[in-house]
Amino acid sequence: MIGIEHYVVVSSILFVLGVLGIFINRKNVIVVLMAIELILLAVNINLVAFSAFLQDLTGQIFAMFVLTVAAGEAAIGLAILVIYFRDRGTIAVDDVNRMKG
Amino acid sequence: MIHAIAFYLFAFMVIASAVLVITSRNPVHSVLWLILAFFNAAGLMVLVGAEFIAMLLVIVYVGAVAVLFLFVVMMLDIDFAELRSGFVKNFPLGIAIAIVLLAELVLGAGAYKAGALKLGTPDGTATPLPGESNIESIGALLYGQYLFLFETAGIILLVAMVGAIALTYRGRKMQRPQNVTKQVRRRPEEAVVNTNPGVGQGIEL
Repeated sequence: MIGIEHYVVVSSILFVLGVLGIFINRKNVIVVLMAIELILLAVNINLVAFSAFLQDLTGQIFAMFVLTVAAGEAAIGLAILVIYFRDRGTIAVDDVNRMKG
Repeated sequence: MIHAIAFYLFAFMVIASAVLVITSRNPVHSVLWLILAFFNAAGLMVLVGAEFIAMLLVIVYVGAVAVLFLFVVMMLDIDFAELRSGFVKNFPLGIAIAIVLLAELVLGAGAYKAGALKLGTPDGTATPLPGESNIESIGALLYGQYLFLFETAGIILLVAMVGAIALTYRGRKMQRPQNVTKQVRRRPEEAVVNTNPGVGQGIEL
């Protein structure tokens, strides 16, 4: 029988994979953005699972808002990436120190 | 039974694709694995009866975000082999943090299973409407109780769109716009000259 624990475990693993992706792909900011999408997906799975578990639709509404913010974040992040690439010719984020002061 | 099979299939696929997203060498492959991960997550959500969010996930992610990622990955001409050079160096730290985080989450889930802390009781304002489908219940809630939040979400999307365009817009190069003031201020004296040159003589402009 599939219970809420199964969903929580799946979303936990997905969340951890997202965090791990940020760590092991530190140089490649595109994959870092994709790892952030994975983290937000884990949050959404959790919200929807608890919404079904508690018979309360608020979780699904909030999953929708998370989706909205994720889409906006991806658009802005990629736009910043594009202008950074235009300016510097690389997207290696290791040596981003222009605002060091 | 069929539920269990479907759940384990979707769960396995979502985790396997997530692993491939963060480990594949080519970011284009990463984007494609990300699409697979989102499809299977949508399957997981359909299983618990949240069809609307599942379809939204497919439409928003596969239709918009994944294509945006693909577009950017392919548009930027990047030496991806160089970008992966820190992979081995960062791997031990990343694994250590991942294990700690996973242990915390498992502990949290186990503690939850032992009995939830009573932080309050649901007020019953957001229960699904009896006899209505998932999308109708969500619609009633979204355009009622959460109307202002919904409109805020729309404004966030608008701001994101304006921001993305304003950041990447470069203006048109080689543009030669019409200068109306200059055209209107032209006088006949400076525009037209009557000359009557003799044969074989040039004129001075």
